[in-house]
Amino acid sequence: MSRESMEYDVVIIGGGPSGLSTAIKLKQLDPNLNVCLLEKASEIGAHILSGNVFETRALDELLPNWKELNSPIKTKVTKEKFLFLGKTKSLSWPTWLLPKVQQNHKNYIISLANLCRWLAEQAEGLGVEIFPGFPASEILYNDDGSVKGVATQDMGIDKEGNKKDSYEPGIELLGKVTVFAEGCRGHLGKQLIEKFELSKDKDPQQYGIGFKEIWEIEEKNHEEGLVMHTAGWPLDNSTYGGSFMYHAENKQVFLGYVIGLDYKNPHLSPFDEFQRFKTHPAIKKIIEGGKRISYGARALIEGGFQSLPKMYMPGALLVGCDAGTLNMPKIKGSHTAMKSGMIAAESIHEHFKENKDLSIYEDKFKNSWLHKELYEARNVKPSFSWGLILGIIFTGIDQILFRGKLPFTLKHKHADHETLKPANKMPKIDYPKYDNVITFDKTSSVYLTGTNHTENQPVHLKLKDPDLPINYTLEKFNEPAQLYCPAGVYEVQKENDVNKFVINSQNCIHCKTCDIKEPSQNITWVTPEGSGGPRYGNM
Amino acid sequence: MKILVAVKRVIDYNVQIRVKEDNSGIVTDNVKMSTNPPDDNAIEEAVKIKESGKATEVVAITVGEEKAQETVRKALAVGADRGIHVKADGILEPLAVSKILQKIVEKEKPDLVFMGKQAIDDDCNQTGQMLSALLNWPQATFASKIEVKDNKLEVTREIDEGLETIEINTPAIVTCDLRLNEPRYASLPNIMKAKKKPIEELIASDLGVDITPRIEQVKVEEPPKRKAGIKVASVAELVQKLKNEAKVI
Repeated sequence: MSRESMEYDVVIIGGGPSGLSTAIKLKQLDPNLNVCLLEKASEIGAHILSGNVFETRALDELLPNWKELNSPIKTKVTKEKFLFLGKTKSLSWPTWLLPKVQQNHKNYIISLANLCRWLAEQAEGLGVEIFPGFPASEILYNDDGSVKGVATQDMGIDKEGNKKDSYEPGIELLGKVTVFAEGCRGHLGKQLIEKFELSKDKDPQQYGIGFKEIWEIEEKNHEEGLVMHTAGWPLDNSTYGGSFMYHAENKQVFLGYVIGLDYKNPHLSPFDEFQRFKTHPAIKKIIEGGKRISYGARALIEGGFQSLPKMYMPGALLVGCDAGTLNMPKIKGSHTAMKSGMIAAESIHEHFKENKDLSIYEDKFKNSWLHKELYEARNVKPSFSWGLILGIIFTGIDQILFRGKLPFTLKHKHADHETLKPANKMPKIDYPKYDNVITFDKTSSVYLTGTNHTENQPVHLKLKDPDLPINYTLEKFNEPAQLYCPAGVYEVQKENDVNKFVINSQNCIHCKTCDIKEPSQNITWVTPEGSGGPRYGNM
Repeated sequence: MKILVAVKRVIDYNVQIRVKEDNSGIVTDNVKMSTNPPDDNAIEEAVKIKESGKATEVVAITVGEEKAQETVRKALAVGADRGIHVKADGILEPLAVSKILQKIVEKEKPDLVFMGKQAIDDDCNQTGQMLSALLNWPQATFASKIEVKDNKLEVTREIDEGLETIEINTPAIVTCDLRLNEPRYASLPNIMKAKKKPIEELIASDLGVDITPRIEQVKVEEPPKRKAGIKVASVAELVQKLKNEAKVI
């Protein structure tokens, strides 16, 4: 079937900080370039979720006058706390003893979704064509194997794959260069990494799942500008994770929890760990009397330097966390994503102007502060595979004494889908009941995300082997998809005494955790119909 | 034949509405906005009529703040020929909107005016009816089927008792039900083309219409939370509770 096609100099897939920065930088370097940007969400920002304590370094370079442009970067960090939590006690760690990478006094508490909306305005002002509601679903290749562009998803296909009255075929967007900026575990980026063997000789990528809730709290508990992190309870010593609580403007706090997806116990429920965490006295006293107004979750990259794939291939580049530029010890990926996009734009500009090979992206990256930052951060995450306590001691030595300059690099040994132990060998976890005041169930949480997918469309979570969940994963791992999915998409239901694996794909909040953690890699996340998924506000 | 279609920008139907803390209204900052769903049906129907050769022009109009223009732009992307944006800030009541529409109708002289049966934000369901009265035109509300005949319309209406089919003379006002059709998607090339279609910008006050609100909004509150149910042991107990506690029988 022939589709319509549109030609651009550069086609960018994804309207997050990396894609938007690529677009802005390209138009700054050459206003005559034709640049378009596709976004699967119904509008820019609606699929963006992040803490977020924002370091302005990349933005200072990209739009030095951002303070005059009515940017949504307002709340300066005024105070920092770090707590180790026991079950009921908490121990405050002096901030001056924190590694430099974890000090935030120059940073801002922001909503990344709002920052992206603002960046999109800047990009459109420069002439970038932004198309929200159009997921890129397919990579197109030239005869010589180089990337030619992407095709957008067909719209108006029913569950069985038939065309509905509203059917609208996808179209081909052809770019001289295509930039993939889908964020963590982008479904096209994943295909490119495999096809072009971009991760050859690299460590397996590491991921985490991050939860976030926004609470409106009582004035007496609110301290605008306060940034607080915790480690410890409710996770055990061998599970990597921690919390954040950022006091933003308008009496809001951004409360969240991140858990490494290399956890071993299939009975662990990341969602319930987060809910339980909020009942700790040190946390509860802050949010008590307040109201939860938003919820969301998203997988994030934790592999860092060792796992970073090659970011160029014929005709295309990877930017941001589609490659994996997040700085884990800093718990920040926005400024690094932006910087990678800016470097990509410079490389593309030289590629067009001076006919240089796209591999200059790698050279430019190696000479940038981004590379230095990721290199110095590289040993922190792997050291936590020895447990929380040894990890902290090592990190202290590595980050405070040696500032990331130790002459060796620790390895990530396993991919996250390989780490689960059989269910019968691991302890069951008894999670407390939700009280609907501080803790909530998944259904009422997903309700807050505004998630919707048009009814009667194909399921966008594909099983390679449809029988595997019941025949193997349920028995061996108690089908952990029921627990690791933060939106209750996966259920095992008993029907006439026969187990059935149910996929409620309309609840999917596009976090990609199933695609990462499924022990046999049996679940593949593909793009649903355009505009589907969450409608996050200021996440 | 010319069709004028009125469209309204509202909070997207998937977004969970949040009441402002001071009860002065609802939170709209950074909230996803969309075209009022039945207005999409109105546009779709007008475009279909044009595609069937029975109409020559479809004009989309909205009344509202600066950003409301996105709604007109979307209508242009699915087939409207040109747009009108009457700029007005603040609360716009149905009477104000219908008076503005009256002025536009007098100027544009369409044969038909389509709009959604009601908007999902205030649920007023009044604008079409008021416009019909102001213009002294026939109206067909809650349309789930429209057939264009010479100088007449046959309209099937969704009413409480079922379906009612009526015939009205044109020019006329039709308010559209969600069952009328399945709105098409805007394709990328059509979104691009829509950027080049003309949108006439007018200012409400220049039309000589008084749009001052006539209703004072006292406060906005969330509906009360539903209380948890209880289990009863027997039918007798249920009847007793319904009688004595709930006092419904």
